[in-house]
Amino acid sequence: MYELKFIIPEIFLSITIFTLLIFGVFKKNSFEIIYRLTILTIFSLILIILTGENQSAKIFSESFVVDKFSLYSKFLILVSCFFVLLISKKYIIDIKNDKFEYPIIILLSILGMFIIVSSNDLILFYLGLELQSLALYILASIDRDNIKSSEAGIKYFVLSALSSGLLLYGCSLVYGFTGSTNFDQIALMTVDFNTGIIFGMVFIIVGLAFKISAVPFHMWSPDVYEGSPTSVTSFFSVVPKIAGVSIFIKFMYLPFREILTEWQYILVFMSIASMILGAVAAIGQKNIKRLMAYSSIGHIGYAIAGIAAGSENGFKSTMVYISIYVVMNIGAFACILLMKRGNKYVEEIDELSGLSKNHPLISLGLLIILFSLAGIPPLAGFFAKFYIFMAVIESEMYTLAIIGLVTTVVSAFYYIRIIKVMYFDDARKPFEKIIDYKIHGPILLSCIILTSFFLYPSFLNEIVSKVSMF
Amino acid sequence: MNFPILSSITFLPLIGAFFVFLTKSDKGDNNRGAIYISIFTTFVNFFISLFLWYSFDTETSNFQFLEEINWISGFIKFKFGIDGISILFIILTTLITPICVISCINSVKIRLKEFLIAILVLETFMIGVFCSLDLVIFYLFFEAGLIPMFLIIGIWGGTRKVYSAFKFFLFTLLGSILMLIAIIAIYWITGTTDVTQIYEIKIPQEFQYLLWLAFFSSFAVKLPMWPVHTWLPDAHVEAPTAGSVILAAILLKMGGYGFLRFSVGMFPIASEYFTPLIFALSIIAVIYTSLVALMQDDMKKLIAYSSVAHMGFVTIGIFTFNKQGIEGSLIQMLSHGLISAALFLCVGVLYDRTHSRLIKTYGGIVQVLPKYSILFMVFALGTLGLPGTFGFVGEFLVLVGTFKVNILVAIIASIGVILAAAYILWLYKRVVFGKLENDQLKKIKDVNLSEGSILLFLCLLIIFFGFYPEPLLETIRVSVDNLINNYNLEITRNIALK
Repeated sequence: MYELKFIIPEIFLSITIFTLLIFGVFKKNSFEIIYRLTILTIFSLILIILTGENQSAKIFSESFVVDKFSLYSKFLILVSCFFVLLISKKYIIDIKNDKFEYPIIILLSILGMFIIVSSNDLILFYLGLELQSLALYILASIDRDNIKSSEAGIKYFVLSALSSGLLLYGCSLVYGFTGSTNFDQIALMTVDFNTGIIFGMVFIIVGLAFKISAVPFHMWSPDVYEGSPTSVTSFFSVVPKIAGVSIFIKFMYLPFREILTEWQYILVFMSIASMILGAVAAIGQKNIKRLMAYSSIGHIGYAIAGIAAGSENGFKSTMVYISIYVVMNIGAFACILLMKRGNKYVEEIDELSGLSKNHPLISLGLLIILFSLAGIPPLAGFFAKFYIFMAVIESEMYTLAIIGLVTTVVSAFYYIRIIKVMYFDDARKPFEKIIDYKIHGPILLSCIILTSFFLYPSFLNEIVSKVSMF
Repeated sequence: MNFPILSSITFLPLIGAFFVFLTKSDKGDNNRGAIYISIFTTFVNFFISLFLWYSFDTETSNFQFLEEINWISGFIKFKFGIDGISILFIILTTLITPICVISCINSVKIRLKEFLIAILVLETFMIGVFCSLDLVIFYLFFEAGLIPMFLIIGIWGGTRKVYSAFKFFLFTLLGSILMLIAIIAIYWITGTTDVTQIYEIKIPQEFQYLLWLAFFSSFAVKLPMWPVHTWLPDAHVEAPTAGSVILAAILLKMGGYGFLRFSVGMFPIASEYFTPLIFALSIIAVIYTSLVALMQDDMKKLIAYSSVAHMGFVTIGIFTFNKQGIEGSLIQMLSHGLISAALFLCVGVLYDRTHSRLIKTYGGIVQVLPKYSILFMVFALGTLGLPGTFGFVGEFLVLVGTFKVNILVAIIASIGVILAAAYILWLYKRVVFGKLENDQLKKIKDVNLSEGSILLFLCLLIIFFGFYPEPLLETIRVSVDNLINNYNLEITRNIALK
């Protein structure tokens, strides 16, 4: 029973999910109330995590770990999920998708992510991953009358199942050659070089890369991003990425830390490929959600570059990067969720033309967010990239740094292309005037964070140093 | 603790911009509140910077008005400070910005409020570049300036504004991104990004060459040097008048300032090694762009190319590594800052009246715009470096310095002076003299009070400093001496090592 107190958040979450589910089944038209209760749940989870047990522990035969690193990831997941739910409510109601299952599925996927980031064991990790993925498949196709949404769900499901298979195969190889599924045990066993473990590791990396849509396992993401309802896309682009990157870091620095030289080159390759593809493929996009998909592929490339550095600074820079990325993406999607004309939400970039005349404040916000995504100083996005390159150059990977910076310039091109549409092109009809503090609030918050970050840039660093696994 | 005067100069315009942002933008173009706030802010800033100059100690080469706070814990300090090299650029910036603000009141027809915000934010970034004594802070301000300038060109620009804005943005970004790698590499080599400390620690020779090239790529684009100058004519032509003025008068100077402060200061050995490269590129710039300027039919483009040629003199002067050369190039940057600003304002005056920048539209305007023609003449003569104007001092010193080092380069560069006379006088002749044939021109009015006073003010400055550049030279002398001494010490030490 002593161990249970460490998993209070997970227990609380599971109980809430089932209560809400039963409540939703028996009450008609319960979206509104369930939505509110979900927000409340997330909020109280944040409080539980902030005030809860502050000591590290490995429980359930060392298969489940509660430490500061996992708590930070959980905190980030909850906060971003909180804001994603806030900004997407109006959209969900507008597209008549206000089913009570929607927030519950999101909670389920969060439960999966909690298990992922806390797992210290291959089996537990896989269970969490599947729970999360199953919830995400349903989310992608939640707008089931829409053919694109269904297509997105099926596509995501088929490809993701394949990658899960690879991952599982990798896990079994690793287990076969080390004799254990526990991360710490695996780390001890990998000291002796062994081809079987390397094979297993490669398969695991492939599976993980798929989940965070790193090139060359990114093919699903543009289609899924475009097909899913925007509320789901905003969720996809933020929350699972945090969990994915956290577990990626954990795999690389915990079970596979002894074979750093083996995975480093794989990661460098994936990072370079993601950065280049994210930058180049986004140039021709006309749909803003597709563009955001390629943009997040590029950003994942930078995050992986930080992991590939293989040092403490690399770890820290990746965590800082993903935190800032979350802020920028939530802001960007909040702006996308305001693109409503007539009774229809529009997704073409050209529809933004003249936004600066019709909605000067929103376009100013989007301007800041886009420049930050492009990594132009003095905005927060610059510091995110700066830390990554600090770590990369510390590890003397100059090629990676130079390619990364050149792709920054290329990707700046498509971000400022959106700015061009907003500011330089002639105005179209204004969007519908939406006054909803649930959307404007996050935009404002995101802009304030991005612009004032330079006043005290070590803020995130200090937090991340505390949660460091080193 | 002393009053943080440098930070206040730097961030005052930002505060002003915030208040402009708060003013109500009525639909009409007259946004009085925004105008008054920005004029007030920029003038106050100008007077503070004059006070700065007044209290500046010209006897020492140390950095003055130092400010330092911990910024990124452990490794980067937010460090401000100025010496003789940077103070004059700060004053140039605070002088040019109010001029831009006043000039744009008449010429900017749409979204005046946003324009003023952009200009004020840009001023903060420009002053920050010249104040910062930490490489990361410097980079931050250096790059941040792209955002407002991109918007200025893109929103208020001419017909091909999108192309020009993108070209400007991407060229400069690509150039400076390599500098970022170099800055991070310097941090891992020396353990600090504080410029004053790097001056003392001294970067090992084997790293200097690559780092120098990385910094060079950034400054060469910004300056701009041949062959990466092509963004400049486009940007100038499409930018609104105030944008062109800031671009020519201040943004280009960041490149020259960067060469002096960072390339020469931190990598003396590499600087010496690459001097032939700089000389070659610079004389190509001087001759080639002067010839190109001769054949332009767009006034703004002509002045843009002449800027590239003048910046060629600047780089030649810096890399002579003697007193005359470096002082000359500093003076040349300041004089070019005033003269090119004035020339762009002159073009702006004509453009506001006729909406044409083509030379062939004009001819004989001396009959309708007599006052304007006199002022324009002073600036034209300043451009070609007539003795008695500010333009002469810089060019003369640079040539004197160059003769000491490399006679061939000096001779070729002198040809550039002749070509400058050719293109600017020919421009003047075609625009001002001749018959007044275009009917549209007969109705236009001479300069109004605000235009006239700005141009007259610049004109007086150009003549005054042409006759008496001593106050400026006195300010920069000790710092330049110190720079050259350090450079020579490093070079002799390096030779002794061999």
